Amino acid sequence: MTDLGLLDWALTFAFACFGVGLLFNLYRIARAPAVPDRILALDTMVINVIALLVLYGIRTGSGINFEAAMLFAMTGFVSTVAYAKFILRGDIIE
Amino acid sequence: MSLALIAALPFLGALLPGLMIRAGRNACAMTTGFVTALALLMLGLHAPAVLRGEVIQTRIEWLPGLGLNANFFLDGLGLLFAGLILGIGLLIILYARFYLSKSDPMGQFYTYLMLFQGAMVGIVLSDNILLLLVFWELTSLSSFLLIGYWKHLPEGRQGARMALTVTGAGGLAMIAGMLILGNIAGSYDLTVILQNKEAIQASEWYLPALILILLGAFTKSAQFPFHFWLPHAMAAPTPVSAYLHSATMVKAGLFLMARMWPVLAGTPEWFYIVATTGLVTMVLAAKIALFKDDLKALLAFSTVSHLGLITMLLGFGTKAAATVAMFHIINHATFKAALFMSAGIVDHEAHTRDIKRLGGLRHLMPVTFAIALIASLSMAGIPPLNGFLSKEMMLEETAHTVWAGSHWLMPVLATLGALFSVAYSFRFLAHTFLGPVRDDYPHKPHDPGFGMWAAPALLAALVVIIGLVPMTAAGWLVDAAAGAVTGEPVAAKIKHWHGLGSPALWMSVLAVGGGLMLLASHARLDAIWNATPRPEAKRIFDGIVEPLAALARRVTAISHDGSLTRYLAIATVTITALGYYAWATADHGTGTRALTPIQTVPAIGWFLLVVSSLALVAFHRNRLLTLVLVGVIGLMVSVGFAYMSAPDLALTQISVEVATVILLLLALNFLPKTTPVESSGGRKLRDGLIAAFGGTGVGVLIYALMTRDFAFPSIAEYHLANSYKEGGGTNVVNVILVDFRGYDTFGEITVLGIGAIVIYALTEALLRGGPANDRLLAWSPDQRRAGDRHPLMLVVATRLMLPVALIVGVYIFLRGHNMPGGGFIAGLVVAIALVMQYMASGFAWTQARQKIDYHALIGAGVLIAAATGIGAWFNGVPFLTSDFGYVNIWPLEEFELATAALFDLGVFLTVLGAVMLALASLSRIAIRAGETINVDAFDIHPENDGPRTEPATTTTEAR
Repeated sequence: MTDLGLLDWALTFAFACFGVGLLFNLYRIARAPAVPDRILALDTMVINVIALLVLYGIRTGSGINFEAAMLFAMTGFVSTVAYAKFILRGDIIE
Repeated sequence: MSLALIAALPFLGALLPGLMIRAGRNACAMTTGFVTALALLMLGLHAPAVLRGEVIQTRIEWLPGLGLNANFFLDGLGLLFAGLILGIGLLIILYARFYLSKSDPMGQFYTYLMLFQGAMVGIVLSDNILLLLVFWELTSLSSFLLIGYWKHLPEGRQGARMALTVTGAGGLAMIAGMLILGNIAGSYDLTVILQNKEAIQASEWYLPALILILLGAFTKSAQFPFHFWLPHAMAAPTPVSAYLHSATMVKAGLFLMARMWPVLAGTPEWFYIVATTGLVTMVLAAKIALFKDDLKALLAFSTVSHLGLITMLLGFGTKAAATVAMFHIINHATFKAALFMSAGIVDHEAHTRDIKRLGGLRHLMPVTFAIALIASLSMAGIPPLNGFLSKEMMLEETAHTVWAGSHWLMPVLATLGALFSVAYSFRFLAHTFLGPVRDDYPHKPHDPGFGMWAAPALLAALVVIIGLVPMTAAGWLVDAAAGAVTGEPVAAKIKHWHGLGSPALWMSVLAVGGGLMLLASHARLDAIWNATPRPEAKRIFDGIVEPLAALARRVTAISHDGSLTRYLAIATVTITALGYYAWATADHGTGTRALTPIQTVPAIGWFLLVVSSLALVAFHRNRLLTLVLVGVIGLMVSVGFAYMSAPDLALTQISVEVATVILLLLALNFLPKTTPVESSGGRKLRDGLIAAFGGTGVGVLIYALMTRDFAFPSIAEYHLANSYKEGGGTNVVNVILVDFRGYDTFGEITVLGIGAIVIYALTEALLRGGPANDRLLAWSPDQRRAGDRHPLMLVVATRLMLPVALIVGVYIFLRGHNMPGGGFIAGLVVAIALVMQYMASGFAWTQARQKIDYHALIGAGVLIAAATGIGAWFNGVPFLTSDFGYVNIWPLEEFELATAALFDLGVFLTVLGAVMLALASLSRIAIRAGETINVDAFDIHPENDGPRTEPATTTTEAR
């Protein structure tokens, strides 16, 4: 990876950013004014994880993780909707 | 093959009575009789060969690794017993048809009877002692059902329990004995064991094996001191008593002793244990029988006594005595079954079996009297009936037997037994049928219809025929059976007159004379008998069983009190302690594998996992927050799988996570949002310590595993090497699921389908009315609710996502064989896509627009998977072997088709159906709780000024 200088640096930087993002998400989940903040934090956490998966795929040069990322995105969206619906209405399937 | 079929026929026939009872009682009895007659006919076809001395064998490998094979053989002994079981069974079926009253469930009776018959035939035809043990236990179980047939009678239930306990305990002992025997002989095949007499008798394990096997035989055949269960089993309907307790089940013990005779008999141990037990049983039971007032109890003790007689003869260990034993088995079966049936007729007609309330019946029931006369004279041993012949021969044998150096002990005691036998036989006859006609019978007795007395009459005729021409009527069968028992050719000489010099003649005369004198003074003796205290068997039995049952209840109450916490605690502590013991006592060094360096981002993931787990413990009372934290953990586990090169697991995990969240949120709607405080501080500390120990133990174990190489080659290599070659797929995980371990997957999807249907059934029961339903109807939301039920944004977004998600599902399904994916994940993905529509537009609205029956989906999935597996048979390979090939369809590229994909389709459909059925079931609860149903897909419709709803109707619920 030594000859990929710029990309390597960029990847490391991105990994660091999303890693720190995860820690912030965790903080928000643990300490938040209300439940919606926590749910949003969980949703953001899923997005950060997707980013990490994609970055990992770029670094290892394999495409398998991109599909995993796609499925994470879909399920993450659905569970966020479910949490939100629960807070709004109590019953998620009315 | 045909021997196995003879044993299997009654079991197959057991299925019929339950069905045929719908066509009437006659049809039911005739079907049952037909099956038995068929088995008897098949047996009869073998008879000529067996009588020529051949041994017919059928061998079917079942579990050869365990030595358990479905091997059957038929020799003279088997022919005698199987003939008795099926022949008398046929008569009993006829008799029971008329004996059972209209209120008795006849289908059930015949089903039990056939189960019992099959088990008995199985015992006598088995050529494998393990198979024999299986049938042996089956007779105990089926006779339990038969004895307790009248479930409303407490005596019936208690008698059934006692019989099961005693014979079951004996059966356990016998299993141990048989295993020892099999070990000595080196085979569990009877035919092999029977050839190893020297090895077995020389073994130091001979005596333990002998005692254990005899325990089984003695309990089954009601030998002293285990005789007490038989009289209590008389609470059964009379056909059962006549069948089980005179002709068949109690003779199973005798059969076993006869079967094992070639290898076990002939030693002093055998003689003293078996002959003494038989003698004591014979005399003691005959004496008790004399004082029993219940007709069936009298016959029961008489049966015990006669079983003792046969046991004693087998115990002598001589060829002549064994021959007499075989002859008496035939005779006893004929006269005793006839007597039981006569007693049943008396009970049926006079509504009492109490001998003190009977008498004079000869005028009222002449036919029954005639039958009982012949049978009881035979039981007493009066010439020229068959009972006389075998008793005379028995007395002759005892006269030549020396017991512990004494020449007179055996003959004297045997004569005493015969004397009592004469006395109770005549008492049965005289006190029931002779004397003046009374006017105080509970019911005016008269002879029953032909159907009821036909069976005992036939037996009585046999008694006479065998008595008059024994050699023609039974000699050949006795020769064949005794030949099989002793292993040498036997030519029995049965005759009435042995000459004046024969000691048996004078012993017989003594017995008849003494017996009649005893009967004459019966009233006086009865008073003495009733005045003397004697041990009450039932009380002793209860005294032993009750404390044991109480102990069992106490142990159960401690370990199985219904608290999940306790189960987990017990299991965790046990496993951790055992693990620690293994670790502390074994030799082990540090791991050999180097640790990989810790990288930053995975470390962050690990940190998130740990913190969320700890937070979960801290905040677990807030249930919604708990769910959010579980979401974090699930996310981290999923991404961990992806990072550690397990994309299949990652995909499955993340799909399962979201399905779980939706299910739990659905349930949480109706549950309190916080968990109450229930545990004390000490308890928390205890549970915390257990959890910490368990967790640490697992952590250490995993660390130890991961820092070492495998001690033996792992199966992964095989899977990696053969996945493409044999399964036709490059995705090893998927090939394992649908091919290598396809059978497991098949079981799992079946269980999954059952689980979903159970959820549906439980919801259905919940909604059917009752306290739970009332609470649901009175339920009101426990939190404030937003006005917008179905937001436009959400509806539009999910509609757009539906086709995309479906395509993703299809894609993941299709490529699953070679790349991460497969039916399981695809099923979850499609389920999630559908659930989104439910969440966006409501349950009823969506349900009305997609008409998929989830039950049918589950069923179709399991059936498709099964059909794929069965398809392999047509290809000439075992169940679920997959096949694959390449096809060219212009203009497409060459592509692969595998049968595994079809199996995967079954998995896909089952998973989809199961998830959707579970979610739909839970959603229906909300509708019952007063939810209204929306007419439109979303609430704020351009044409209307607010949501249009209608109350829930039964039609939408019924979906």
